[in-house]
Amino acid sequence: MSTRTIDMALATPGMNADGQLTRVPLGVGGTNTEEYGVPGQYDEDFGAEHMLVNIGPQHPATHGVLRLVVELEGETVKRVIPHIGYLHSGFEKLGEYRHYNQIVPLTDRTDYLAPMANNVGFALAVEKLMGIEITERCRVLRVIACEMSRIISHLVWLGTTGIDLGAFTPFLWSFQERERVYDLQEAWTGARLTTSLTRVGGMMADIPDGWEQGLRDFTRTFPKTLREVDTMFTRNAIWCGRTQGVGILSAEEAINHSLSGPMLRASGVDYDVRKDRPYLGYDDYDFDVPVGEHGDIYDRYRVRLEEMWQSTRILEQALDRLKPGPINIDDPRVVLPPKSRAMSDMEAMIFHFKQVMEGVKPPVGEAYMGIENPKGELGYYMVSDGTAKPVRWRIRPPSFINLSSLPRMCEGALLSDVIAINASVDIVMGEVDR
Amino acid sequence: MTVSPSVAPLRETFGGAIERHLVSCGDTIVYVARARIHEALAWLKATPEQDYNYLTDVTAVEYRDPERPLEVVWQLRSLGRRADLRLKVALDKRAPLEVPTATDLWRGADWLEREVFDMFGITFTGHPDLRRILMWETYAEGFPLRKDFPLRGHFSRAEQTRQALAANPEAQYSLEELSIAETFHELPKDMRERLQRGERGFIT
Repeated sequence: MSTRTIDMALATPGMNADGQLTRVPLGVGGTNTEEYGVPGQYDEDFGAEHMLVNIGPQHPATHGVLRLVVELEGETVKRVIPHIGYLHSGFEKLGEYRHYNQIVPLTDRTDYLAPMANNVGFALAVEKLMGIEITERCRVLRVIACEMSRIISHLVWLGTTGIDLGAFTPFLWSFQERERVYDLQEAWTGARLTTSLTRVGGMMADIPDGWEQGLRDFTRTFPKTLREVDTMFTRNAIWCGRTQGVGILSAEEAINHSLSGPMLRASGVDYDVRKDRPYLGYDDYDFDVPVGEHGDIYDRYRVRLEEMWQSTRILEQALDRLKPGPINIDDPRVVLPPKSRAMSDMEAMIFHFKQVMEGVKPPVGEAYMGIENPKGELGYYMVSDGTAKPVRWRIRPPSFINLSSLPRMCEGALLSDVIAINASVDIVMGEVDR
Repeated sequence: MTVSPSVAPLRETFGGAIERHLVSCGDTIVYVARARIHEALAWLKATPEQDYNYLTDVTAVEYRDPERPLEVVWQLRSLGRRADLRLKVALDKRAPLEVPTATDLWRGADWLEREVFDMFGITFTGHPDLRRILMWETYAEGFPLRKDFPLRGHFSRAEQTRQALAANPEAQYSLEELSIAETFHELPKDMRERLQRGERGFIT
């Protein structure tokens, strides 16, 4: 019994370029076909055993407002139709009406599990557009922000995926550790989610006194939790049984589906933006990029677990490199002058006024800047026409593109595997829907 | 500012179809004639020296100048050579906004093209399932990322609220899904008839 489609003169979502309706799948269960008024177009034999299961949008295992409509034959998945857009906020449209620095708060709310990394990516994109070289201290602080985000994002993934597969304890461990990073993040930025950490040409704030020691303590004790998780999961019979060989994507398929981040690397493709397109001086740090070989959920778990170790290593190295110095570039056309100077120096006051009233003005041009976010390659494509507001602010959302491979991965899987596969993609709906 | 080494072979192979190229912020941008864009994408993917096997992004740009054409943008990457290239097609707004799909080359183009269609109204001819993705299927206000689309939408807030409150649960299932469901024949007769006529959701 296979899925078949026929031409049918009914309105369907599959519409061609001319607005003509194209095809609708067979599969209405075997009652009298005459009843539908379209004789001969429903197959009596086909579809009688097919069942439609709706998962979400309000379902904890879909990790946000994702709705999946699953076509089942027995317990085997024939097809998955994802529905997204429930959290669409029009960030790209909003960005066209805002100054560059006013867009930073919008980036917080896309991938809200790693807001600081989004802020960094956006600032880097605008700086590429303007040809700005940031200060050394700023660069190191941004690396710290990115790697902290990677750890908290992967910890959420680990905890929630564990719960999806029936393991509750690692969830508590990972959220405990995550809370410690959040405390540091809060001390630095004043917020848990709406960090808005970066500005074009620098940072919103330097780290507070004694903050480094807090992060050092974290990097020293965090590996203990990772080892516990490793002990709990990596050779656990249930975990292996639920994840190994499930949701497989080969390297060719992963590339063909434009996957990125841990999803791509778990399939055996060695591509990490930090290594292959270094930014923020990542090429000077000593870290390894884990690469899987089977492309199943288990490899994705291994890749993400290893990435947390490596992030801890990067954090330690970054703390060693953190030297006193300015965090903002010395260009009053880009960065606000200090308040004390703006109140005492005429020139600084004028720059302050122009900054606040007119905003940063990049030259005419366009730039694409991709960074390695926890979810994958987050790209910002900025188009400027020389005014203070971008013509186009495009987010290349890693979760959105990774999620588009879900129907392929779920083909032929069991219904319970759909939950595991969906969890392994590590989506965050704020970014999928934007 | 160095030009990507792929530009010269592209010009050699496609001649006049390569309209112009430029470098912005270190990225090479190549403008291709619409008629040969699919050929150019396929050539860049298949030619071993080019090896652009990864589609990073598909998007579109509309400029504030209403005279300026819309641009569809493909960000290509060669994972092996660690090289990027940006291809563009300029679309005259007075003509139908159509470009060929790249879903036959990259499966990843599926949702990306649907999003461009949803947000800009650009049709990707040959796309297997071109329908709205972020906005709901019965969304009737137009294409949000177009410059002539006001920030708050075309409809008044009262009208938007009215439509939201009147939203019909049957609009939340596509007919494709209802046709799979065994419950189709259990739906009320009038609902079935409306579904068969293609009236789904609430469009005014």
